[in-house]
Amino acid sequence: MTGPITPETAQSGDPWPTDADLTDDVLVRVENLVKHFPVRGGGLVSRTIGQVQAVDGVSLTVRRGQTLGLVGETGCGKSTLARCIAGLLPATSGKVYFEGKDITNLPRRKMQPFRRDIQMIFQDPYGSLNPRRRVGSIIGDPFAIHKTATGAARKKAVQELMERVGLNPEHFNRFPAEFSGGQRQRIGVARALALRPKLIICDEPVSALDVSIQAQVLNLLADLQKDFGLAYLFIAHDLEVVRHVSESVLVMYLGKVAEVGPKDPVYDTPRHPYTAALLSAATAADPEAAATRQRIILSGDVPSPINPPSGCRFHPRCPKAQERCATEVPELEVKAGDMPTHLTNCHFPVQTGEVLASSRRAPRGESR
Amino acid sequence: MSLLEVSNLRVSFPTADGVVQAVRGVSFSVDSGKTIGIVGESGSGKTVLTQTLLGLAPGGEISGRAMFDGADLLALDPAHLRRIRGAEISVIFQDPLTSLHPLYRVGWQISEMIRAHDKSVTKKQAHERAIEMLARVGIPQPRQRVNDYPHQFSGGMRQRAMIAMALSLSPKLIIADEPTTALDATVQAQILDLLLRLQQESGTALIMITHDLGVVADIADDVLVMYAGRAAEKASKHEIFYAAHHPYTKGLLESIPNSSAAEDRLKPITGQPPSLINLPSGCAFHPRCRYVMDRCLDDQPNLVPVSESGTHLSACWLPAAAAGTAEAAEAIRRRAVLTGRNADSARIAEAIAERPESEGSVIA
Repeated sequence: MTGPITPETAQSGDPWPTDADLTDDVLVRVENLVKHFPVRGGGLVSRTIGQVQAVDGVSLTVRRGQTLGLVGETGCGKSTLARCIAGLLPATSGKVYFEGKDITNLPRRKMQPFRRDIQMIFQDPYGSLNPRRRVGSIIGDPFAIHKTATGAARKKAVQELMERVGLNPEHFNRFPAEFSGGQRQRIGVARALALRPKLIICDEPVSALDVSIQAQVLNLLADLQKDFGLAYLFIAHDLEVVRHVSESVLVMYLGKVAEVGPKDPVYDTPRHPYTAALLSAATAADPEAAATRQRIILSGDVPSPINPPSGCRFHPRCPKAQERCATEVPELEVKAGDMPTHLTNCHFPVQTGEVLASSRRAPRGESR
Repeated sequence: MSLLEVSNLRVSFPTADGVVQAVRGVSFSVDSGKTIGIVGESGSGKTVLTQTLLGLAPGGEISGRAMFDGADLLALDPAHLRRIRGAEISVIFQDPLTSLHPLYRVGWQISEMIRAHDKSVTKKQAHERAIEMLARVGIPQPRQRVNDYPHQFSGGMRQRAMIAMALSLSPKLIIADEPTTALDATVQAQILDLLLRLQQESGTALIMITHDLGVVADIADDVLVMYAGRAAEKASKHEIFYAAHHPYTKGLLESIPNSSAAEDRLKPITGQPPSLINLPSGCAFHPRCRYVMDRCLDDQPNLVPVSESGTHLSACWLPAAAAGTAEAAEAIRRRAVLTGRNADSARIAEAIAERPESEGSVIA
């Protein structure tokens, strides 16, 4: 990684240090982002008795026109991270740069122009659309808020958007309840697309959809990326989906980056035992593969982010944990034999070809 | 004879908008120690199918037979069914938070279930049994955790508690309705492993309802693919995954992102599942089918054997040899389509080819 970028350099019109790796295709750069939520309690007088360390020092880069996949289990902080980047939650510390400009915790009015460029698509196509408003007016909202089109021009723009995402423009006046789950997700996509953003943060956009509809929406997102040069920050827990859509992948565990890098090395030769365990736990629609695969079954659950384990946060569940892991916090760094963009946060990274302690299923009588 | 034999089960619900034909003549059977996976999209009738067996789908008009251990579940009086439900057939639901009562301790809920079926068990014995069951499903420190409330459990632990409850009376059949859908991949792997291990120990039959083909590939022996309330295809796991015959099964398998696939684009199924009130004529899949032929429009295909073994059944008019993804099979499909297609079906096929990505019109 490059040296820290100070706000001074970023704001003085010189967006990036002259580093060979850092060309202007960097759209978003997150530096050491921290988000803690106070836990209140203490009887009559409410006081802060702890911190939920939802995101604890995450750095990442999203490049123009590319997709960064973000994976991790429930509660690992991926949605919080996304909301901090979108400016929906104030960060506790750390920096978010968008096109070289520091947009961390900007006041509402100053954030407004950036909101055009950063849009979100949410997981739940039922909860994210107001059931009492017509689809045309939902999709037209961004135009109204940013005062870019009114009246007939707005209607025309909305109908073009609807057509672009595969909805029938004549259904402009219908309510969300008249659409199926996949179509509602298309409404969410149209709304996000309205102001021609540069970045769309997709928070589990296809998790609620059936597999055949999921494929339709993923193809749509791919087409839009090609046509409009969009960058995606794509959050999902389905590892095959993330592999399909992403150029690079970031694996989070309990608020920290476990591993990050281009997707093929991360998927083919995972270095962090957690990444290896996640990949081995994913199901594949292939009985032969399922029968022969070595599974790394992690014991227990994700620990509480209020009291994260000492040292490496993964050590209580890690099959490779040693004493050092409990005391010394590992650094995110390039491991031997990896390409310079593939970083791992582990003292004892998995070696190529190494088999981790795993439970192998008892053979069963196969019916063929 | 199989442990459970369902034949020609039909369930419909009269509503203000019309009759919802949720299940339209489904037959299947499960043997002890075996797992059948029931796969289908939302609204394909897979949940109604199994809930009807247990009398949990009130208001439906039901016909058909479901022989379990010599008794027809559909004809039993409620009191008798209640004795079977929980003790001999138990259910694991999708959402472990809403299926546990939030105001009662987890251990109490398990022991209540034991005592409801066997009055001779004392409270103390039932409590001990609950601790034993929690230990068996891998809850750490079960003696302490048995007194926790559901909110003190994580999602994975709640699902384990549900499994503990389902197993506490050693049922002969477990119906698991999307038991891992709400869980993370690592926890899902734990739960599937647990279910398999417990099944091997006790020889329980398992009905696994899921929309995740990966789960089916992992743990099922046989697979039933449902579409619009009917069985589209029924076969062993290997036949379904490596020699799928029904275009719907094929479409489902092709929709899954797969790192080994050469192409960048996914191949979704065009359109969306039909309304169960206003079903398409003939084969219900024909408006979305790439291989639509004339007879599909008004002639409903039944499940017929498509392999020599006779275990692989498919409800499709394509020739039996058109199974699998091999080029030879695709050629057979093409040839069948060429001869079987005239004006009407050609129009539908053209419409599908024109907009392979969109989802068609809205549900009116």
